[in-house]
Amino acid sequence: MRLVVDLNKCQGYAQCAFLAPDVFAMHGEESLIYNPHAPEEQRERLARAVAACPVQAITADGLEGLGERGTGSAQEAHDVR
Amino acid sequence: MSADHLGQLRREGRIVIVGASLAGLRAAETLRAEGFAGELTLIGDEPYEPYDRPPLSKSVLLGKASPHRTDLPHRREIDAKWRLGVAATGLDLSAKRVRLADGDEVEYDRLLIATGVRARPWFKEDEARLDGVCLLRTRDDADDLYQRLKAGPRRVFIIGAGFAGSEVASACREMGIPVTVAERAGAPLVGALGGVIGAVATGLQTENGVDLRTHVTVTGLEGDATGRVRAVHLSDESVVEADVVVVSLGSMRNTEWLNGSGLGAGPRGIACDAGCRAFDFRGIVTDDVFVAGDVARSPHALFGYQFLSLEHWGNAVAQAQTAAHNMICDGADRRPHLWMPAFWSSMFGVNIKSVGVPPMGEQIMITQGSLAERRFVGVYGYKGRIIAAVSFDNTRWLEFYQRQIERGAPFPVEFPTVDRRPEGRPVDADFPDPSLPTHGPMITLSGYSPADQQLVFHPARH
Repeated sequence: MRLVVDLNKCQGYAQCAFLAPDVFAMHGEESLIYNPHAPEEQRERLARAVAACPVQAITADGLEGLGERGTGSAQEAHDVR
Repeated sequence: MSADHLGQLRREGRIVIVGASLAGLRAAETLRAEGFAGELTLIGDEPYEPYDRPPLSKSVLLGKASPHRTDLPHRREIDAKWRLGVAATGLDLSAKRVRLADGDEVEYDRLLIATGVRARPWFKEDEARLDGVCLLRTRDDADDLYQRLKAGPRRVFIIGAGFAGSEVASACREMGIPVTVAERAGAPLVGALGGVIGAVATGLQTENGVDLRTHVTVTGLEGDATGRVRAVHLSDESVVEADVVVVSLGSMRNTEWLNGSGLGAGPRGIACDAGCRAFDFRGIVTDDVFVAGDVARSPHALFGYQFLSLEHWGNAVAQAQTAAHNMICDGADRRPHLWMPAFWSSMFGVNIKSVGVPPMGEQIMITQGSLAERRFVGVYGYKGRIIAAVSFDNTRWLEFYQRQIERGAPFPVEFPTVDRRPEGRPVDADFPDPSLPTHGPMITLSGYSPADQQLVFHPARH
């Protein structure tokens, strides 16, 4: 399964590293290292990680989640006076 | 455009996307999500479906991911015709045709250019061909470099201490490989973050055992009789023996294929308006050619309407979405691309993130935490307002600073902050003279930066 984490959004809450430790790992205090190609048997754990991410930063094939969407200023023009 | 014409475009038009990486893929998905039902073609010079590049210098080099397994997940079906492994070589604006390297031609009604950048190669071609001289941009590059690191080289030499070079140095140290880094400026990361933060990056590298050489340039790469690199010669006349050399001198925009097309494309990218429509070489906006991602440069209201080129992952996503939306919409429904620049890096176990445009900063103040602890937020000021912020292992605060940049909050910072230390006074941000060449910052201010004085206009034959 292909996955990608929007690391602009990621704030190092580490929920994914608890829920799917074979896919995600913290590297230092708040850097996330992950395998962008998770084996199929990780699907359920990955789905939990996608759902639990407090900033909804994970996009994975066939899993519901906001992923890269909803990045605030990435989506909408701001009123810049 | 009449509503009829637009309706026809959406139903049965032909949209061609040149560049099959992050921006190209996200644009294709957006087109389909917004109801484009016509013919969609993606053209890419690499023989691979869109894959993610940031892991290549991080988890891949650390052995946590396979270089050939970083394909990007798809958000939806895009039902596209893929032309992979064949580069676009020319554009005929009047006939609305893209020429391909295999001689084929593809016609379009609307075109999106997302050809990105490539790694700047070592400038002496014979030396660049030596076995062991590496670049890091593509998955093939990452595969090659990872194999070489795994083989346990005696020493890796990295030319250029920008983010990419520093990330490679970090991976080498984690693998226990001796590494030397040479940087023309006075510290790592100075082009992107200035000298105050550069000093922190210097400490990070040296404490982790990197042999860091600053204020030096590489004058030559020396090979042995079998054509393998064996040593690096420096401008201070020192010689460093190394069997892997990583050339990390920033990137070059993939615009050569547009030479002579009449589009406003050159070494600084392709100029476009805030709606992602490309300018032609006369500065007149086109209405059927759009640009997104690293290759684009577009004016940004928050930053004095300077043209920004942003080699940022998030920019590629956001600009692709906006460009795709605008390609199949009429005037009033179109959106401007006003994405807040943001990037991340991680090295030596430290998470580095930024929002805004740090190189515009004149001064910096550390509003939270401490440089010595390498856990802090630094805020950059420009003409009395907050223009950017950087965090080391303190990412959760950045969104707050992003809002301050958006509302033009005053600098020096007036509000109280958590964990303010005595060192939190404004000081010179200490950016190098932008007119001097460095390894290449990831944000290029090309509107009216001082470096523009160095530009000479050479009209091409159109």
